[in-house]
Amino acid sequence: MARYDRAITVFSPDGHLFQVEYALEAVRKGNAAVGVRGTDVIVLGVEKKSTPKLQDSRSVRKIVSLDTHIALACAGLKADARVLINRARIECQSHRLTVEDPVTVEYITRYIAGLQQKYTQSGGVRPFGLSALIIGFDPYSGAPALYQTDPSGTFSAWKANATGRNSNSMREFLEKNYKETSGQETVKLAIRALLEVVESGGKNIEIAVMTKEQGLRQLEESEIDAIVAEIEAEKAAAEAAKKAPSKDS
Amino acid sequence: MRPSWRMRTACGRRAGDTLFDSRLALGNFPSTFEIKRVGSNSVEAFEKLKLLSRATLAFIFKEGVIVAADSRASMGGYISSQSVKKIIEINPYMLGTMAGGAADCQFWHRNLGIKCRLHELANKRRISVTGASKLLSNILYSYRGMGLSVGTMIAGWDEKGPGLYYVDSEGGRLKGTRFSVGSGSPYAYGVLDNGYRFDMTVEEAAELARRAIYHATFRDGASGGVASVYYVGPDGWKKMSGDDVGELHYKYYPVVPTPIEQEMVDAPAA
Repeated sequence: MARYDRAITVFSPDGHLFQVEYALEAVRKGNAAVGVRGTDVIVLGVEKKSTPKLQDSRSVRKIVSLDTHIALACAGLKADARVLINRARIECQSHRLTVEDPVTVEYITRYIAGLQQKYTQSGGVRPFGLSALIIGFDPYSGAPALYQTDPSGTFSAWKANATGRNSNSMREFLEKNYKETSGQETVKLAIRALLEVVESGGKNIEIAVMTKEQGLRQLEESEIDAIVAEIEAEKAAAEAAKKAPSKDS
Repeated sequence: MRPSWRMRTACGRRAGDTLFDSRLALGNFPSTFEIKRVGSNSVEAFEKLKLLSRATLAFIFKEGVIVAADSRASMGGYISSQSVKKIIEINPYMLGTMAGGAADCQFWHRNLGIKCRLHELANKRRISVTGASKLLSNILYSYRGMGLSVGTMIAGWDEKGPGLYYVDSEGGRLKGTRFSVGSGSPYAYGVLDNGYRFDMTVEEAAELARRAIYHATFRDGASGGVASVYYVGPDGWKKMSGDDVGELHYKYYPVVPTPIEQEMVDAPAA
């Protein structure tokens, strides 16, 4: 087995591409990221590890925009992410130049995934160690979209998804609690999913909301704190309601 | 130095006109109106464009786009063909006209058709007329100065409605509502500009195009043959008519028997 993970262009005897699988491991160790698609908004959330006191937190934006109507969040190697994001941004503009139209979310996801795949089939390079969550609105139909790519180069569309650390528990939570939402409800759902695996508080969560009219907007720490407080209050009320009937009986 | 643009075609170039989208002319393509002659190949290409017979026109109106062309090909003073297809069907909802070198136009239009189809397959939606014309103009720009001779109009119907672009082998691309390209274009423009109204019916528009092509073939020796008229609507293109211009002449100007003023009679036998 160890012989087959040096040059990634080779398969192992049982059909594995080990470098790709190791890249997926790197993703699993990256910070949590979640994306939720609503009817008129799409929300991206990432876990923010506590910033050192002297670091300027604004320079470590984890949710970035690729174009006025497309945004991306990722889990995994941040340096790889920077390279991929730069190439995607260039492709967004190049598309605007060649066909005089903005990219669709599907197109740019396909491009990023294609790039990730290329690096699994070339000599002397390693795959990109990141999974990206790409959100945006279709410039023609106005429909919201959420896509996910991974180091192997596959991509698919999702109603809600999570990647990075503890993504399985977040995904389970989303599967149990997802329903069609809009506006603030979608934001709350995303934060609730993140709170499953992250210590609560605006300091540890970064949220960005994309709307068709206003594009991407990063929420302030105070806004996040307010929503977290709302969620806690709702949780407490639900707990109390659960306990009350049992008291009567 | 007079821009060679003026010598070659008679495209809409008056500022403030409805003939072209001035943003494109000034913003994206500043070079279009200041083209200097670059390289000897393009000079010959210019000359070719000027001499090769064409009378092609296209215009947008309320119901869609009308595309019309003659069908004569000439080599100097020799008419090599009277039945050339100058309107090329790129796909069921887009047409291209041929002006300049026949081989260049045919090849690159087919190539454009391939690219449009690939775009459809990859993106699960039809390409826009804007996108298709931009693809073609980028290709032609990359061959700039190498002697390609293409002066084509891309007309079609997409999600944004009717679209009409003029694309040439210099890499220029103009969006507009009325274009005519070729040696017969000045004559066609005269009739077209005079009779044009935005709110015509399809039949009226087709008749206008037919008359414009006829008049171009009447005065320009290098245009002739059959006047083909196509209409592009929301359901795609449809060929409206293909009339021999000789017959059209007698339709528009039927022979009027001249009144006989004096008649010779046989002298009575003496």
